[in-house]
Amino acid sequence: MVKEELILVNFWSSPFGCRVKIALEEKGIPYEYKEEDLFNKSPLLSTINPVYNKVPVLVHNGKSVCESLNIVEYIDEVWSDRSASFLPSDPYERSQARFWADFIDKELYEASRKIYRCKGEEQESGKKNVLRILKLVEGELGNKPFFGGDNLGFVDISLIPFYSRFYTWETFGKFSIEEECPILVSWAKRCSEKESVAKSLDDPIKIYDFIVYLNNYLTK
Amino acid sequence: MAGDKVKLLGFWGSPFTLRVKWALSIKEIEYEYVEEDLPNKSPMLLQYNPVYKKIPILVHNGKPIVESLVILEYIDETWKNHPLLPEDPFERARSRFWAKFVDDKCVPTIFQTFSSTSDLKDKAAKETRENLKTLESSLNPNKPFFGGEKLGFVDITVAWLGIWAQMVEKIVDVKLLDDKDTPLLNAWFRYLIDLPVIKDNIPSLDRLLAHNKDFHDQLIATNS
Repeated sequence: MVKEELILVNFWSSPFGCRVKIALEEKGIPYEYKEEDLFNKSPLLSTINPVYNKVPVLVHNGKSVCESLNIVEYIDEVWSDRSASFLPSDPYERSQARFWADFIDKELYEASRKIYRCKGEEQESGKKNVLRILKLVEGELGNKPFFGGDNLGFVDISLIPFYSRFYTWETFGKFSIEEECPILVSWAKRCSEKESVAKSLDDPIKIYDFIVYLNNYLTK
Repeated sequence: MAGDKVKLLGFWGSPFTLRVKWALSIKEIEYEYVEEDLPNKSPMLLQYNPVYKKIPILVHNGKPIVESLVILEYIDETWKNHPLLPEDPFERARSRFWAKFVDDKCVPTIFQTFSSTSDLKDKAAKETRENLKTLESSLNPNKPFFGGEKLGFVDITVAWLGIWAQMVEKIVDVKLLDDKDTPLLNAWFRYLIDLPVIKDNIPSLDRLLAHNKDFHDQLIATNS
């Protein structure tokens, strides 16, 4: 069998890259990891992602796939025999999973940045928006163990990387996500027990320290 | 499929609604169309799309699907004739990437151009031209469609863009599409708009101009 060349180009703290790590771990596929220095992007990055010059990028036998949810779907389709599909088999259920993953993608990161980059009213609005998003998503979970049912699915993989950032948001915003969304935090803890997630999630304190560092760096 | 009830809630002037109409037409799916009055959204719209409260909404046997690209994937997976996405996973990923690029980059800058004045307008127009140039880089000059020989996912994601860009150019007096800068893209837009399935279901430039002139004036008044 020809050896596949599979490289993940990423930055360690990226929640988007974390999604790809989890997907690769779930499928049990060996890959090479390349850490990109976001303060000093390599020429490689603009070659493999000429449109956005961002991470993560998955390079599979020389061809690059960009945008994290796109990469997760690609992994699911190429290595469909390695694990249960991340997406349900029913087209309607698949559309709902795509909708919620897209919703999280469109809204959560931008809203959360206001919590740790801004102060006063802007910070408050970021906090309110993050809680609005998390509560909507919590409603979709209902009493299922995972968004994917009994196993990790597309929405679980899309959202769980942000769990590493809860501590940062709570510390900057002075609030408790567990108090506001207990079912969601319970889900996050359950997800974290999965080997693929445990291996891929960043330490919340490390993320917090990095965000503090970034805030200082950016204000210079 | 016998016994299927398909309903589409949309707005005649929405490019996102057009995408869904085209997909349904390509797949020869019969459906009921409900024109929404956007300043007075119906209770049905609000019930079916509580998160965004927007159109288009596809309702299939009572179950709603929202967000145009999610709807296109749903239509493609439910009705297998005339596939919109290719079979190869890398080509599928490429189609999804570029469709999302249109929505994440081209649409916002076109809208910004349309709804801004003076410096901000010029800046948005410049960004739009850059984004359109990038979009052109995705095309194969030897193929009529994005994916090759057949009308597909990315083609119907953009088929409205040429005429909308012309509308914005006329209303706010900017240049967005130049044959010198994006000859391949312009040719692609002209080719798509001439296809019966697209031509039969797209508003005329005159109608778009009439409607959007008022909309533009309202937006500028609100922003001042």
